[in-house]
Amino acid sequence: MARIEEYIPIVGQSLIDDLGLLAERLKGKVVQHINSTPVGGGVAEILSRMVPLLNGLGVDTKWDLIKGGEQFFEVTKKFHNALHGRAEEITQRDFEVFMETSKQNIENVDTYGDIVFVHDPQPIVLINKKAANKWLWRCHIDVSNPNERVWKFLMDFIVQYNSAVFSAPSFSRKLPVRQFLIPPSIDPLGDKNKELPQETIDSVLKKYGIKKDKPIVTQISRFDRLKDPVGVIEAYQKVKKYINCQLILAGGTAEDDPEGIKVLDEVREKSKDDADIHILLLPQNDIEVNALQRASDIIVQKSLREGFGLTVSEALWKSKPVVASNVGGIPLQIKHKYSGLLCHSVEGASFAIKQLLSSPGYAKKLGENGHEHIKNNFLITRHLRDYILLFLSLYHPEDVIHLC
Amino acid sequence: MTDLIRAKEPFRFCTRLHLSELTGLRATTLGQLLALIKEVPGSCVYHHTHRFLQQHQYLSPEPPNDFAYWVTDIIGEDELGERLASIDTMQYSTIRDLREKIAATIENYLKDNPLAKLQFARSGEEFHFIKSVSFILPTNYAAYDLKEFSEILKKITIDSIYFHIFEARLRFEKPTNDFSFWIENSLGDKELAGSISGFDPYTRTLEDLRETLVRIIEKRISG
Repeated sequence: MARIEEYIPIVGQSLIDDLGLLAERLKGKVVQHINSTPVGGGVAEILSRMVPLLNGLGVDTKWDLIKGGEQFFEVTKKFHNALHGRAEEITQRDFEVFMETSKQNIENVDTYGDIVFVHDPQPIVLINKKAANKWLWRCHIDVSNPNERVWKFLMDFIVQYNSAVFSAPSFSRKLPVRQFLIPPSIDPLGDKNKELPQETIDSVLKKYGIKKDKPIVTQISRFDRLKDPVGVIEAYQKVKKYINCQLILAGGTAEDDPEGIKVLDEVREKSKDDADIHILLLPQNDIEVNALQRASDIIVQKSLREGFGLTVSEALWKSKPVVASNVGGIPLQIKHKYSGLLCHSVEGASFAIKQLLSSPGYAKKLGENGHEHIKNNFLITRHLRDYILLFLSLYHPEDVIHLC
Repeated sequence: MTDLIRAKEPFRFCTRLHLSELTGLRATTLGQLLALIKEVPGSCVYHHTHRFLQQHQYLSPEPPNDFAYWVTDIIGEDELGERLASIDTMQYSTIRDLREKIAATIENYLKDNPLAKLQFARSGEEFHFIKSVSFILPTNYAAYDLKEFSEILKKITIDSIYFHIFEARLRFEKPTNDFSFWIENSLGDKELAGSISGFDPYTRTLEDLRETLVRIIEKRISG
């Protein structure tokens, strides 16, 4: 795990110094993160990196988990989908299951932190334990069009927190508590984003039987309808009429997700007659994802809905030209024609891919601008700074705060 | 090389870090945008006229404010977008004045172009009002003369330069930027102070601004 000093060559000494100065202001405070899982998923991934770094800066940071059975997590998955705006049948029994497990967690989880930082809906009811300490709720989900019944249920708890945190402005609503915008981040020293030797990149391509004889267009995403892999193939097919290129669709396995298996079948059917379409079912392997991104000429993220879309940050960090949908947190990462190209349709995506493949100089410039934008705004060091400022904001209600 | 004047009181570099606070307020039409610009806190107006400078510090700082960007790219009213983009922020010494100018620009445009009121943003492309919460803290850097000053300028964060040039003037309603104030009052160098306060920092990227400041000061040191 990287130490904070290792980020100095990337972001500069003075920025790390600022983090240290800020962290001093939290001396004596204990920050306690609570979520539902220690591994798997974006929240656990970011916490596993941020908690040691916050401690390294001198912010006393702990990480605790709630517990829940299969039934509970089935319900929270339904909540998750419903908050994303998907049609889900939520029954009264689902709410009861959620509350029963929450009550057990209230009894068993010690909320000792001066600042208790609760992530996502699963542990949200713990707020009922609020004492004199400060409580934050971090929503990692796109709630711009939530199922109103689930949202209303959660609102009863959200309003008891001191502040709420969202990843994109479109996720916010009028709330009676302060709400902050903190986008997620990528770790430039993690396996998914660190520099790789060319041999590693080549060996991953070799493993999957991909030759570098024509430009590579890639989308890395799980096989989910909301990521529109079929739309990516259609866009590629329109490009292929004019430019001889190849497409990689790479994502996690989806054995436990019947809907995902269906999508994968459709993708395979759609691509079966074209040897230049590579469908890769990747195990959780960050180095391979990193290598595929680095081997690509263009990265696509043609999602129909998106939480934040960190794969865009990952691609831009590698100075890749990106074509992505104008949804969720993607427009925060790409300013159209400055740091990538935004699209709204299959036709738009195909036009943008063609444009970039035909104009390598333009594509290179977009990639370079994108890299700088990610460096300034979406690296883990910015995330650390925002979290420390967020903690300090709990003790300072004003808009201009002098920490002298 | 001219003899350097040593100040009695050093210039103590501060830095300014900010957190974006969401308001939940959003506009879909120019009418809504105008109404909200008039009523949101000054911290919102400040955020949307200055955010771009910090988040896109590697680009030519255009479009220089979020209102102009939204009006042009989302609403499609290029002429109003251009008018908003070309508001000379340096002419306004308070957020209050700047807000009034932005509101008047939209208001006048809508009077002349009533059909523009009918334009609206697609779902997902609304204008979201965000507040800028500033945290100001001293750094460990202090300069007693121009040599020390320029050396620190080379290595201090862009946030510090931003604070002393932009935020100190507009948000704290000071007559000039902090650098010019110290150079004039503590070093007695009115000419150098004037040349720093005389250029428009809004038309430069922040890195370009750093380089320009260092160049002007080093030229002064070498006489």
